[in-house]
Amino acid sequence: MIVARSLGNKEGVKIRQSIGKSIPRKETWEKVTGTTKYINDTSGEPGLLHAKIAISQHAHAKIKSIDSSDAMKIQGVKAIITGQNAPILTGSPLADRPPIAIDKVRYYGEPIALIVAEQEYIAEMAALQIKVEYELLPVVLSPSDALQKNAPLIHEHLAEYKRHEDVYPEPGTNIANRTKIRKGNMEEGWKNSDHTIEVEVTSPQSDHAAIEMRCCSAQVLPDGRVIIHSASQSPFVIRRAISQSFQIPLHKVIVHTPMVGGSFGGKSAIQMEFLAFLASRAVGGRAVNLVNSREVDMISSPVHIGLHAKIKLGCSLEGKMMAAEILHLYDGGAYSDRGAVMSRSGAVDCTGPYRIDNVHCDSLCMYTNKPYSTSFRGFGHPELTLAIERAMDLLATRVGMDPLEFRFFNAIGPGDTTPTQTLLDRSNLGDLPMCIAKLKTLIHWDELSLRETKGHLIKATGVCCFWKNSNTPTDAGAGAAILFNPDGSVNLLCGAVEIGQGTRTALTQLLAERLRMEERMINITMEVNTETDPYQWKTVASRSTFLVGNALLNAADDAIVQLKNIAAIVLQCSPEELDVGNGKVFIIDRPAVGIEIEKIAYGYKYPNGNTIGGQIIGRGSYAMRNLTLLDPETGEGNPGPEWTVGAQAVEVELNTREYTYKIIKAVTVIDAGKVINPQFARSQITGAMSMGLSFASREAFIFNDKGAILNPQFRTYKLIRYGEQPEYFVDFVETPHVEAPFGLRGIGEHGLIGMPAALANSLSIAAGVELNHLPLTPEMIWRTIYDSV
Amino acid sequence: MSSYNSALYPVEMEINSEVQTIRIRAADILLYTLRDKFGLTGSKSGCDNGDCGSCTILVNRQPMKSCLMLTIEADGKQITTIEGLMNSQVQNIFAQHQAFQCGYCTPGFIMNCEGLRNVHPIADEETIRVWLESNICRCTSYEEIHHAVKDIFTPK
Ligand code: FES
Ligand code: FES
Repeated sequence: MIVARSLGNKEGVKIRQSIGKSIPRKETWEKVTGTTKYINDTSGEPGLLHAKIAISQHAHAKIKSIDSSDAMKIQGVKAIITGQNAPILTGSPLADRPPIAIDKVRYYGEPIALIVAEQEYIAEMAALQIKVEYELLPVVLSPSDALQKNAPLIHEHLAEYKRHEDVYPEPGTNIANRTKIRKGNMEEGWKNSDHTIEVEVTSPQSDHAAIEMRCCSAQVLPDGRVIIHSASQSPFVIRRAISQSFQIPLHKVIVHTPMVGGSFGGKSAIQMEFLAFLASRAVGGRAVNLVNSREVDMISSPVHIGLHAKIKLGCSLEGKMMAAEILHLYDGGAYSDRGAVMSRSGAVDCTGPYRIDNVHCDSLCMYTNKPYSTSFRGFGHPELTLAIERAMDLLATRVGMDPLEFRFFNAIGPGDTTPTQTLLDRSNLGDLPMCIAKLKTLIHWDELSLRETKGHLIKATGVCCFWKNSNTPTDAGAGAAILFNPDGSVNLLCGAVEIGQGTRTALTQLLAERLRMEERMINITMEVNTETDPYQWKTVASRSTFLVGNALLNAADDAIVQLKNIAAIVLQCSPEELDVGNGKVFIIDRPAVGIEIEKIAYGYKYPNGNTIGGQIIGRGSYAMRNLTLLDPETGEGNPGPEWTVGAQAVEVELNTREYTYKIIKAVTVIDAGKVINPQFARSQITGAMSMGLSFASREAFIFNDKGAILNPQFRTYKLIRYGEQPEYFVDFVETPHVEAPFGLRGIGEHGLIGMPAALANSLSIAAGVELNHLPLTPEMIWRTIYDSV
Repeated sequence: MSSYNSALYPVEMEINSEVQTIRIRAADILLYTLRDKFGLTGSKSGCDNGDCGSCTILVNRQPMKSCLMLTIEADGKQITTIEGLMNSQVQNIFAQHQAFQCGYCTPGFIMNCEGLRNVHPIADEETIRVWLESNICRCTSYEEIHHAVKDIFTPK
């Protein structure tokens, strides 16, 4: 019997390294050749029906009647669905939203009817023919107005709404959720404060503006199975939501998600999927495709949340922070959706990454007559960071300290507690002082003059710090399966959605590292299918690589045990004597002796035909550990696995004649725990910085006094374009998070978080006035200066 | 209101080096004819309003936003879509620099660069900026695209 064989490897098995390498995306060639199939790339299929949404032209009104008879007469129209045909309420954590408005409309752009037709243009024509009689109601257009005692009520039946997760609406008001932080003793805090400052800071609602519009198709098969194709960050949540809302057994709902054309949180909400299902159901289950126009995508689908914040901070003579009193009024829009959870997240991290022993914070998600808000990159943090970091700059000036020195002095660290009274250690918190120190070197802080005037041009640098925990459900989890092929390659199955962030490629790097294989030997598709892929909670909160990564490491370990067991029989040794690497299982003490994985991937066949074992399939899963719900009275609890921290800076040049400005430099130093793919990491961070600068400098929905949105197009709603990019500097600190694969921390959102704050701080220094309101347009700067004289 | 479908007009154009004839409605838009009638889905819609550039193709070797062109206007024209490029240098350089994330804007950027090369084989920075301003990428910071484009227009 042949057993041990020489592998012809004299120097033994070199351990391959995959982590820390900038390998290209697996789907590179598809993307540069235009062959990637995004969701709407199959909408030309013959037989497919098309749906369009008719939207409300009023922000707050009772629906007295809907007349769709003219629309129905158009040739090619198959069905028209109104809210009366679908009397359900959706939304998580609080079910407050009908997919199509029922008795009243609560925002301009709300769906009032859904038209199904043979062609898209026919559905579009018909949508314009829907006639609605309204009785107008007074509108509420800001979260502060919504809080007033006599404010019109947007949801009269708040008490009756079903709650799916912990959420605390206050019936009889416009408050969809309130989170309280009560830490320490405020009286004492103020008593010990020699300096105090107060400031109000606002950021408006804006748009995610992924270049791919939201799109979804649905089909109900004769056996009752529901097939959904959706550009989504949460295919498994779609499955649950459709199953729950329409009483369909979970396993009969099958969701496919192909590569997504950008998302930024906007495609984590479930919206189009309900509509596509209703459309298909109305036409006997035929396949129906629903794609937004840009205009509808911007105003009808959920948007980026706004915030009105009031901050009061106090510190001692030496600059030690003593007390913080914070009120957050998040602008959740007409329905709460994830806005309710974002407002909680805004309480959890309300102080920014600073040690403050006495904290009082109320963070509210307010209903307003505006588009509803859902997750946006940073999940409530860019907004709260703008507020707290404006306050930090003011307080530093008041104390007379250098703004970075002041932050360094108060930086939170191991042994401190967060506003939720979570005890911090070196693992669950990144190293902020180190980030600040690196930032200082990177921008030559000590030689830099904060403000430099040359004629009518003023250069200035603003800084800020950020932190973020993930605020995931306490049971968020993921699974992974790895299947070995007889060529020694491995198929990785998992539910993480590829939205451009490079997750699926990065995951192959984690697996390659653990199996000590070449990444090219690991196959992964770019599509997720809820029927065949292991579960994953959602691709959000920069948590995919953490959750799926842990699951796949478990799967790899499971497979390694199987490989060793078979190899041990073939090599006549014990499994403990074996190791796996470079496509082989080998004897640790004699690395030249071993067997190729391809010979045992489907079991090992002896020369006489006898076979042992079978296909090697590794399985693994992981769920969040030790997280707790927050105490509703004090906010005490453990909101997530770790805080990623970082320090950022922006340098601007302000033209004091026109108040236009150039962003010259933008800098991020972030504690990434472990950088898996340096090129992806940099690209994620600079991409996020760009988005943050774009939204801080120009992005906002413009409403008229009736609540209509006046700029629902990229022509009027401006985004940063090529040529406007500043010079980017990115650097990393690596303090491992022990629970995470190879110590990594979330980094997908974080580049964005401090950009509005650093930009506002730099422009405030340059302009010599306090700029506390986004967007920081030349007009806004001019008005602030003009108002202050 | 029943005559949207009735009038169809013949159009002949060369798409990716093949002559094609097709009957279309007067209101048909070139982007959707290419996508729905010819399966050339590499050209993307991001606004249908000329604002984002993700639908950029070449018409007679010059870049054009195909959402702004009626199909009937393409009669007798020579059209190139991303599918018509065969491993071009621009594609290779975009791949090398990983000048994309989600990739949705990428065909538009690549076609615009191809067009720029046809018109200005040695474009300077300012020309590049003016041309590429017409495309939006929401994922990247444009830094990677900038590096790729610099590489394309640096004489080798
Ligand atoms: S789709 Fe043509 S420019 Fe946006
Ligand atoms: S790569 Fe996503 S829009 Fe450019």
